[in-house]
Amino acid sequence: MVNAWFRIPLGPWIDAATGVLVVNLRGVFRSISDWIGVVLGAVEGVLRGAPFWLVLLVVSLLAWKVAGRGPGLFAGAGLLFIAGIGLWDRAMITLALVLTATLVSMILGIPLGILAARSRTLDAVLRPVLDVMQTMPSFVYLIPALMLFGIGRVPGVIATVVFAMPPAIRLTNLGIRQVPRDVVEAARAFGATPSQLLFGVQLPLALPTIMAGVNQTILLSLSMVVIAAMIGAGGLGGVVLTAIQRVQIGTGFEGGIAIVILAIVLDRITQALARNRRGRNDS
Amino acid sequence: MDSLLRVEQVTKVFGRRSERALKMLAQGFGKDEILRETGATVGVHSASFTVNRGEIFVIMGLSGSGKSTLIRCINRLIEPSAGRVFLGDQDVTAADERALREIRRRRMSMVFQRFALFPHLNVAENVAYGLRVRGVPPSERRRRAMEILERVGLARWADAPIQRLSGGMQQRVGLGRAIVTDPEILLMDEPFSALDPLIRRDMQDELLRLQSDLKKTIVFITHDLDEALKLGDRVAVMKDGVIHQIGAPEEILQEPATDYVAEFVRGVSPQHVLTARHIMQTPGALVKVKDGPRVALREMEAEGLSSAFVVDEAGRLVGLVLADDAVRAISEGRRNLREIAVKDSPRVAPDTLMDDLLPIAAEARYPIAVVDDDGRLLGIIARVHVLSGLVAHRREPADGRKPGEGA
Repeated sequence: MVNAWFRIPLGPWIDAATGVLVVNLRGVFRSISDWIGVVLGAVEGVLRGAPFWLVLLVVSLLAWKVAGRGPGLFAGAGLLFIAGIGLWDRAMITLALVLTATLVSMILGIPLGILAARSRTLDAVLRPVLDVMQTMPSFVYLIPALMLFGIGRVPGVIATVVFAMPPAIRLTNLGIRQVPRDVVEAARAFGATPSQLLFGVQLPLALPTIMAGVNQTILLSLSMVVIAAMIGAGGLGGVVLTAIQRVQIGTGFEGGIAIVILAIVLDRITQALARNRRGRNDS
Repeated sequence: MDSLLRVEQVTKVFGRRSERALKMLAQGFGKDEILRETGATVGVHSASFTVNRGEIFVIMGLSGSGKSTLIRCINRLIEPSAGRVFLGDQDVTAADERALREIRRRRMSMVFQRFALFPHLNVAENVAYGLRVRGVPPSERRRRAMEILERVGLARWADAPIQRLSGGMQQRVGLGRAIVTDPEILLMDEPFSALDPLIRRDMQDELLRLQSDLKKTIVFITHDLDEALKLGDRVAVMKDGVIHQIGAPEEILQEPATDYVAEFVRGVSPQHVLTARHIMQTPGALVKVKDGPRVALREMEAEGLSSAFVVDEAGRLVGLVLADDAVRAISEGRRNLREIAVKDSPRVAPDTLMDDLLPIAAEARYPIAVVDDDGRLLGIIARVHVLSGLVAHRREPADGRKPGEGA
């Protein structure tokens, strides 16, 4: 038996490290948690506080304006359907969680992506970390999230961010690196400062790619909804989770279909945003 | 002539162990040995030249000759490993970030081979980019951009996305973007290489036309010998990072300094590439209309010539006074040179090819005058120069004309 004499105590090490983190950095985690709580509370407050017809109207009009008539009609009908199966409030909780997780991912991911595009070292360090973040089974994140942040929606957002942020970083990095070298050279030759180069040339040209990253982040966030519900994030994920525990096929599908509808609406809107930017560049 | 740009012993070595490579270069090792020893590539080795105000200085070389690296060392898009670059009195190589940005914003600009326009900006915004980074307000930017677009013939495309423009038009935008900041020096990195031959010819002519108005100082990179000879007031021939020869086009053709240059220019017939501009000289005897026949005669005497060109106050060519006519006019008491001048002496534009000069020279009884579009006298060409220039390059025996007879 190999295990008898060759056993790396990785698990105990990680336990010990997490223990140290919990004890010593409690304040840091508390304040991260508080900030995310504030943002999540605000988004949730708006979505759940507003009358359902108003949210439905705004989302449909947005989809119509950005993505066209088809997606606009689909958004209206889909949201009406969600309300019809009695999951409106749960859907808004989930939508708030997804939007907050996406916002946090963008706030952290886009600057990180920009830095990674400028520094080969950071890129080299970040690459394996991102690979781990994306390939590690997402259940595993729940444990430290639980220990460091407790139970509830905020740790749900945090676990979701860990899983969904990598594309935001990667595609920002890629988008900036894809800006043609001679265009960057031209900006420098005319005396652009580093920030004029970034905001005036690199970011605008990388925007379609960055938006594609945001789109992926949103879809990955939605895929975390059920898992996040395991640490008390609630919402549509909670519906599905309860249905699994009680073997209620009908309820399970109700929750699942509502998630799919949200996913399609969000996907069409963000994809269209990315496409519109690109379209303007190419025409 | 006063010099504007001085490049002194500029060397560029790429790679990690560039220090060691520089030392080896100083000890006289070759490019290949240095690459083998240190893994560093020598891009440019000890290039020195001076560019005079208002001239087009062409750096010509094949790909890999280091010419693109060299031009980027001038505005430090590539940091030279050794050597200095002076723009007027300012040491560009010693400038800090901020001073370098100021130089790039106000004194030097660049035109790129693949145009390198900003795909997210429209034509006018592209032209105005240099003003934008300088913080010029939008309305002023727009006004200046429109002036420039007017000049390069693209005014009605101002609001179009650049993708809608053809290659030639895109490079006009590139040129416009480079002159909108009114820089002292234009760095042009193979600006016409990506264009098809017909458009390239047009753009070369356009550049010469712009240049005769703007009188910029231009450093122009090309791999095309014809282009180098057509545009260059002086040409530097480069190979393997080393400048082999610097000289006027006719010098390069007639007195190649190294075997490489000789090899390069072999088979080039000067009459296909040299133009009137290249071989014209300042007129020996030149008088103004109001000077009268006596002054004209004295001029001719001083220069040992039998005729003198007459220009008006604005420098426009009036005609040619012959010594005999001047003497007769004096004895008859006539004073007006305009009356006695020969008006049908041959005139050519500065970009007339030697090819086209030949028949004119063969027919002409007088020196050929080179005049610009407004009729201003730029220089003269003695018949003998056309003919002897031709003979010097003939490989087959010269045809019946005797090169000795001339003006």
